[in-house]
Amino acid sequence: MSEPVAHRTVVFDESPRVHHLLDRENVLGPVMLAPLLVYLVALVGVPLVLVFVYAFSDASTGSPTYSFVGLSTFQRTIADETFRTALRNTIVFTILSQVVVIVLATILGFVMTANFRGKWIVRFLVLLPWTTPIALSALAWLWMLDSLFSPFNWILGQLHVVAEGTPVAWLGENTLAVGSVVALQAWRTMPLAAVILMAGLTSIPPELNEQAAIDGAGFWRRLFDITFPLLTPIMMVAILFGIVATFTDMAAVYILTHGGPGDATQVLASWSFYTGIESGSLADGAAIGVFMFPVLLGVCLLMLRRARRAEVL
Amino acid sequence: MVARAQAVTAARWVVLVFFALLCAFPFAWATFTSFKADADLYTVGHVPFLYNLPPTFDHVRVLFQETEFLTFVRNSFEIGVIVVAITLATAVPAAYAIARLTGEWGGRLAMAVFVIYLVPPTLLFLPLSRIVAELGLQDSIWALVLVYPTLTAPFSTWLLVGFFRSIPRDIEEQAMVDGYSRAGAVVRTVLPLALPGLLTVVIFTFALTTNDFVYAVAFISSSSNMTISAGVPVELIRGDVFFWQSLMAATVLVAIPVALAYNFFLDRFVQGLALGGVKG
Amino acid sequence: MAEVEVRDIRKAFGGVPAVDGVNLVCHDGEYLVLLGPSGCGKTTLLRMIAGLEHPTEGDILIGGHSVRGLPPRARKIAMVFQSYALYPHKTVEHNISFPLEAQGMTKEERATRVRWAAGLLGIESLLQRKPRQLSGGERQRVALARALVREPQVFLLDEPLSNLDAKLRASARLELKQFQQRLAASTIYVTHDQVEAMGLGDRIAVLNLGRLQQIGTPDEIYHRPANTFVATFVGSPPMNLVPRDGRLVGFRPENVRLSTDGQRLEGASFACHVIRIENLGSDRYVYLRVKGDEGDTNVIAKLAVAEQLPVKADEDAQLSVEQRHLSYFDQKTGGRIAA
Repeated sequence: MSEPVAHRTVVFDESPRVHHLLDRENVLGPVMLAPLLVYLVALVGVPLVLVFVYAFSDASTGSPTYSFVGLSTFQRTIADETFRTALRNTIVFTILSQVVVIVLATILGFVMTANFRGKWIVRFLVLLPWTTPIALSALAWLWMLDSLFSPFNWILGQLHVVAEGTPVAWLGENTLAVGSVVALQAWRTMPLAAVILMAGLTSIPPELNEQAAIDGAGFWRRLFDITFPLLTPIMMVAILFGIVATFTDMAAVYILTHGGPGDATQVLASWSFYTGIESGSLADGAAIGVFMFPVLLGVCLLMLRRARRAEVL
Repeated sequence: MVARAQAVTAARWVVLVFFALLCAFPFAWATFTSFKADADLYTVGHVPFLYNLPPTFDHVRVLFQETEFLTFVRNSFEIGVIVVAITLATAVPAAYAIARLTGEWGGRLAMAVFVIYLVPPTLLFLPLSRIVAELGLQDSIWALVLVYPTLTAPFSTWLLVGFFRSIPRDIEEQAMVDGYSRAGAVVRTVLPLALPGLLTVVIFTFALTTNDFVYAVAFISSSSNMTISAGVPVELIRGDVFFWQSLMAATVLVAIPVALAYNFFLDRFVQGLALGGVKG
Repeated sequence: MAEVEVRDIRKAFGGVPAVDGVNLVCHDGEYLVLLGPSGCGKTTLLRMIAGLEHPTEGDILIGGHSVRGLPPRARKIAMVFQSYALYPHKTVEHNISFPLEAQGMTKEERATRVRWAAGLLGIESLLQRKPRQLSGGERQRVALARALVREPQVFLLDEPLSNLDAKLRASARLELKQFQQRLAASTIYVTHDQVEAMGLGDRIAVLNLGRLQQIGTPDEIYHRPANTFVATFVGSPPMNLVPRDGRLVGFRPENVRLSTDGQRLEGASFACHVIRIENLGSDRYVYLRVKGDEGDTNVIAKLAVAEQLPVKADEDAQLSVEQRHLSYFDQKTGGRIAA
């Protein structure tokens, strides 16, 4: 064999020890993690602690200093009627909207896993509520539910369900306003749940259903004995995303109802915003926000538990 | 059997049309509204589903020429670009370290990062508004540039960990044997192979920054610094005077491109969810 | 080319030893095979030589210099991974020239070298393809071309044939051997396949549970196994071990002589019972049971089909082995002992 003698001199990195430190994984790992961790500690960790600090203080936007007042901010908060409405609403809106999401997303997930012509455009349309910034879709709803010019009012008028001249105040009457906010929250969180469920559905091995069919199980039997149980873990993920999105959102209420009529649709996030930013009472706003924490913590723990189980699988 | 198959197909289309209407109606209605003349729109008694007067582009023109809509778009875009840069600069190395270098505690860290993603802006905006003020950034787009990576970096890290893990270790070890440092191996082999993941991160970072409402309304007060999400609903509504046609035009003009981008990357996004999984 | 020496090397993952005190030398230009079952530490050992893992203890010398603390890129080695690890986003040409780029070679030089390496392996026509357009055998050649293009001191090969189908494997083995003989490069080759090990290695190092069991020529390994692990791991079917007089008597299936008429070879002989006879085409396997004081032992004899079969199934027979084909092992330690 002829050797390419001309190229015999092999030049290597002559200074490997210069980069020696970064070649060591136990040094390189932390160095690469540091920027993200510093960022998150400074702008998530510190504020998270400050929320609790504020809630035990008399901080306000007006003054740069604050002192600790113990539980008195909390006492004031809990005594407040609007706060209690907001707390109740936050929980009710979340539960109602997510129940609707479970039902609708499951159906949508099932029909969307099939292959059919025009799937692309259908997918585009059904994803719109999720992809559009919530503030803008809330604005579209605001117009759609306008007390004078809502198309629904016109239809109801034509059907003589409501008398002419007495339009339905979708956002001006307590029950209807609550219903509208719940509908908006369900509408905007449903597509992501459906997408996640679709991923779950396609990951169920078809052999399982085929085996069950051979064993004599009918469609419904297969649905309830095989598909749904296998879908439950991923359904959990979908719903947890929905819970976090709904529970912590303020834009829908802020734009659609401004918390009204009265304070009938106020939620923790919006009430915290009105109190903390618009009224300038940081302490009260923080104390309201703190009440979101137990639910978020619960969701996190559920996620972690699910993650641990997934790792065993 | 044929009849049955046809019935199934028909039933599926009924369901699909129902969902398409349910999801898209507000946008269809918004589009339809955008071209209505004032006299048509604001006359009680007009059939709302028809153009009773000829459709007009006037209000779309007003949106572009007489409102600050384009300023909002430009602000959102500028913020988006910088936030994408910060997100990539922090999330890419962190995700790589978690995926490759840190072993078991890296997995736990991935989980922690995911949990941070669940901490909502509505809990943090009060202390952040004060921090922003103390940094002298109130009413500046830099306040949003500073804060948005807390929304985008955890999610992006989590997504990228999955993408990095799906690339065989052999590839970069081969590059290291072939004469490159680990950093060189990552840049030359891992990043090109993770390009779909990186693009997904870019798109979703953009989408998340556009989506934010809380920080934008909490930190920004003058309309010239507002983003689309805050500017359109807050600044274009002055008191009780609504420019409904212009507002709806703005909504649709933002919704459609964002939705197109999402659709283009949806499969990668779902793949990322599956890869990163909640497994951490 | 250079000698590779491994000194007292130890590697533990989370306290569990993967490599537990190994010493060995791969001489200049030698083809050394690391053989062992999966999990025996052979790949970890190879990865430590490459610099991809850091030893917990011990030292590695390449060409007489310690490479401890040197990153892989500074060790002047080439490695072929089990998966071949071709860069999926680069063409074959770019794959092969990639290690040269790291050395800052000019474009013309790189092109010359790539043509040389591709010619050597007969893959000139594939240069513009992407790895996914290649067959398994072609991928292996590309991986080899990439390994040799920068003329490393040492080749490290990690089960490079295990991704090929059985037919291709035989021809690829031949090519690998010819290729190494032409380059005369020090090569360390990891495999769990004893046929590859016997066919390729100048010497074989047998590993089990992170420890070196024996190092020697294929002949030594096969005929003079250092312990019962090597005896039973190498050879198919493995060496028979029969307890007798407080020690284990070992002999290869092909050295067994069977008779029913009392004829026997000068050496060891056992009374046995024929359980079953399997015809495999060129050979017959005869399954036997040898009675002993401490219970029965199963023994396999391998007889050429060309020979006449002296026994039938389910009859008693006599088994004998020539003295020179016998090995003896300590019953407790499993170590080889003198006759």
